[in-house]
Parts: sequence; C-alpha cells; structure tokens
Amino acid sequence: MKLDNIYKEEKKSSFAKLSEIIITMASRPSGLIGLSILVFHIILAFISPYIAPHDFKAIDPTLMLQAPSAEYWFGTDDLGRDVFTRTILGGRTALTITFFGSLIALLWGGLLGIFCGLVGGKIDDVVMRIVDAFLSIPWILAMLLIVSLLGTSTEVLIPALGFFYGKGIVRVARAATHDVIAKDFIVSARARGHSDFSIIWNEIIPNVRDAILVEGAMRWSWMLLGFSSLSFLGFGVSPPTPDWGLMISNARGLMSFAYWAVIAPIVGLSSLIIGINLTADAFAKALGIDRSTKAPV
Amino acid sequence: MLFLIIKRILLGFITLFIVSIITFVGTEVLPGDACTTYLERQAFGEQLEACYRRLGLNVPAYERYVSWAFNAIQGDFGYSLSGEMPIKEVLGPRIKNSLVLASAAIFIGIPIALILGIITALWRDKLPDVAISTVTIFAMTIPEFISATLLILIIAIWLEWLPGIVIVPTDVSFLELLPNIILPVVAIAMIMTAHMARMVRSSVIQVMASEYVQMAILKGVPYWKMVFKHVLPNALLPAINVVALTIAWLLGGVVVTEVVFNYPGLGRLVIESISNRDLPTVQALAIILASIYVSINLLADLLTLMLNPRLKTLQIRK
Repeated sequence: MKLDNIYKEEKKSSFAKLSEIIITMASRPSGLIGLSILVFHIILAFISPYIAPHDFKAIDPTLMLQAPSAEYWFGTDDLGRDVFTRTILGGRTALTITFFGSLIALLWGGLLGIFCGLVGGKIDDVVMRIVDAFLSIPWILAMLLIVSLLGTSTEVLIPALGFFYGKGIVRVARAATHDVIAKDFIVSARARGHSDFSIIWNEIIPNVRDAILVEGAMRWSWMLLGFSSLSFLGFGVSPPTPDWGLMISNARGLMSFAYWAVIAPIVGLSSLIIGINLTADAFAKALGIDRSTKAPV
Repeated sequence: MLFLIIKRILLGFITLFIVSIITFVGTEVLPGDACTTYLERQAFGEQLEACYRRLGLNVPAYERYVSWAFNAIQGDFGYSLSGEMPIKEVLGPRIKNSLVLASAAIFIGIPIALILGIITALWRDKLPDVAISTVTIFAMTIPEFISATLLILIIAIWLEWLPGIVIVPTDVSFLELLPNIILPVVAIAMIMTAHMARMVRSSVIQVMASEYVQMAILKGVPYWKMVFKHVLPNALLPAINVVALTIAWLLGGVVVTEVVFNYPGLGRLVIESISNRDLPTVQALAIILASIYVSINLLADLLTLMLNPRLKTLQIRK
C-alpha cells in the first residue's frame, strides 16, 4: 500500500519536474528567446499551409523577380513564385525530417551506448572502435554518399540523418552509463535481487536520460544544419518542395538584383537553428549539465 | 609514455583501417557498381565486360580490397572514372589549395579565438562577454553556406571590395590566389574562431574557479600575473584536444564553403566526384579526409601528453 503511494507521488512529481524545467529555461533571457523562436517556428509549421497567401509552386514568368510589394510581401523568385509563401512553408520539411531523424538518433544511439556501457569488455571495445571510425568520416561525405546512392526521398533522409547523428550519442550514453553503473544504488539493487531488466529500466535509464536528452537536443540543431547543407548542395529534398537550403542555392546566382529571394530563407533557417540551439543550451543548463567544453563531433 | 604514444598511433591506424573497410563495403553493397553507373544505359555485354576488366572489377571483392589498400598506402589510388586521369594527379593540386585555405583560416582563427575566449572569461557576464558571446553564438550556429552567401552579398556585391567567387585554374600560384581566397578564409575562420573562443572561455572559467587560483588571489598575487602564470597554462591545455576535434569536424564545413565560393579544393572535388558517381575518387577522398581527421586528433593527443607533466607520471605509475 505504502509503496503504491510512493510511486504515485513520483509520477506526479515527474510531471511537475517538466514544467519546472521549462520555467527554469524561460527564466534566462537566452532560453526565453530560444524557446519563443522554436515555438513560433513549430506553430508556423503547423498553420502555414492554411495561411499561405499564394500557391507555392505556381510558376508565372510575367511575375519574375519582383521586388517586395503589398501583394508579394517578400517579392518573387526567378520563376515568379511568391517568396513569402515558400519561406513560411520551408520550415515544415526541415522540422519534420530533422525531428524524426533526431528521435531515431536518440533511440539507437542511446540504446547502443547504454548497452556498451553495461557489457563493457571486448564487445564494448569493438563497438567503440567502429563508432570512432564512423566519426572520422566527415559527415558531409558520408551523407552525400548515402543520399546519392539511395536517393533523396524522405524515407531515405530520415534514417540516414538519424544514423549519422546518432553515433555521437552512443559515446555520451556510454560515458553516462559508465558513471552510473559503479554507484552504490546499483549494487544495492543487485543485492536486493532485482533482475537485469529492472535495474536497467528503473535505475540506469532514469539516471542517464538527462545527458542523452541534452545531447539529442544539440544533435537536432546540427542535424538541421547538415540537412539544409545537403539541400543547398542539391542532395536534399527535390526542387518543387519549398525548402530553405534549396531556395538559398537557387536564389544565390541572382542575388545581385534580387536579394530578397535569398534573404527571406536565410532569416528563416538562421532563426530556427539559433532557436533550437539556444533552447538546447537552456535545457542543458536547467538540467545542470555543462556541455560547453565539448567538441561538436 | 612511449608505450602510450605507440598505442595512440596504432589506434589511429586501426581507425583508418576500419574506415577503409566501411567505404569499400559502402561503395560495394550499395546498388549498382562503378561500371553500371558510369555507362548507364549502355551497361551490357561487351562494353560492360571491357569496363570491368579495365577497372579490375572481375576479381572477387576481398582481392580488390587488398590490392586497393596496398596501392593506397603507397599513395596510388588508381584511376578516376570520369577524367581517365590517375587520382593521384587529380588530388595533388586540390589538396594544396584546400591546405592553403584551411591553414590560413586556422592561423587567423586561433589567436583571435584565444584573445576573445580569454576576454569573455575574465569579464564573465559583463558587457564585453555578453557582446562577444552573442556574436560567437550567431557565428557558430549559422550554417557555413549562409554566412558565406551573406559575405558575398555584402562584401562582393554591395560593397564591391573583393571578388565573390574564385575563378582561377586548379594549379595556380599562391600570389594569384591570394585576393580570391580572402572571403572563403574569412567565412571558414569565422565559424572556427567562434567555436574555439567558446571552448577557451569555459576552460578559463573552470580554472578561475579552482582552489589554487583562489589561493593565489588570497595570497595577493597580482591579477595579471596570476592570469598568465596560473590560469592560462592550465586552461589552454584541455582546450587543445577540443580545438582539434572542432577543426576536424569543420572539414565538412570547408566542403560547403568551397562550393559556395567555387574554390578548386578537395571539397568541391567531393561534390563533383559524387555527382559524377566517380566511386574510385570518392573512396580515395574518404580515406584522405579520414586520415586528416585522425592525424589532427593524434597530434592533439601527443601535444597534450607532452605538455602535461601530470599525464607522464600517471602512465609511469600504471
């Protein structure tokens, strides 16, 4: 009976903990800015199809490269498409792909890292060697190779990004598990006769979760950077889709007369990346994790 | 000590070995091989046979791997698919150009990063820190292609101070290259500097909070003497490793920056060879870029080992 109460209290407090974390994050100016930018972008991604004033793929040669006006707020691009419509729609693809990519990265990176930290020994050595080897292939080369051979559909991009940005999480999860596993409460749980599964689920995961989540949040912003670089290089999503990286690379050649077509997606992409970054930073600080001395591998 | 160094070097080689297997298997198991992708629709019968023979694809994969790896160690990466040129000759000038770009960025970036990092740490949460930190956050989070595009838009198009894209042949002399590379160097150095400055900052802050620095303050050691004698040597040491990792990570950014500026370096070759499905060149590039990464890290490890007396004794005790 008493035990039941304890568990109930814990569940309630974990919910309270979340809101507490968000309040702590928002109490710092950088965290508040980051959170509001991120929330703004997420809301925009949901509502943009309904508020877009024009058709994002309507090509009209008579409207080519028009300067910003009351009708076309951010002007038009080289095919006469409305830049404002394409800019507010551009975040949808990027957010969806990188969000699900980060989830995959968190899942496999976190699980493999915890597994390596637990088993240790030879298996751990071999897996970490392989992870190190993957880390030393520049991300851009690896991503380009996968995408150019398997295609650029969403079904390829999400797992490819998830795989590539997950290998860094493996290291973090492993190190965190190593720290936890030597602690007294694990030994006492074992002495109480808990099963391996119960120890992993109830003792280890709650204690490494924070470190892994923070790493995942940071990976999200790097993944967005990687994804938009791919689009920019022409290896991301394919042309009619409104995407910031793609828009910048298209408008770049004409920016000496139509700078608006390149400025709008630049503002969109930069603000989203900065928003995610500041949020991840505030998240880490709210959880008391210092990751400022870590290299972005 | 010596044992440790040898161990690190061996580990580096093992990593490279695994990388070579990954890239070899990667280009092997993925659909289509070099010949079918190169010949596209004409990939049948006589022509396919001839192509297989020319590239030596008619022998089993492991044999090809062994002979490829054996030649690669000697610097011979075989022939590129599109240009019919030895990859070695294609790579030579490209590597030189990229090295010029990267080393210029590193030599400009490191001193600036040190100064900025130290200033922000010593004036923590005061105006200089807030101002510089805001700028560094912007510089390091914004993708390379955006900062490069903005640089071209503002400096090359609006102000017309410097050429916006590099229009020079691949094998050009250094002096001819100089005005062309200022913008790409600035673009790369900006991001690199921002990353490094933040790491130096947090490293210095950590040391400033340590007990021996507090002790020095209490003892009445003059502030600047304390900073230079007690704080910096201890703060910069751990930063070396992180800086090395950052430089290696930024290799990817160099690729993008080279494309934006049309710079004839390794990065543009990566894109070109992947667009042309030139798998032999891609393999060579993967190995070369990975070796750069591994050697930068190795260098940083050795440097830390040599500069840190504590690590030496630690190893002897073990």
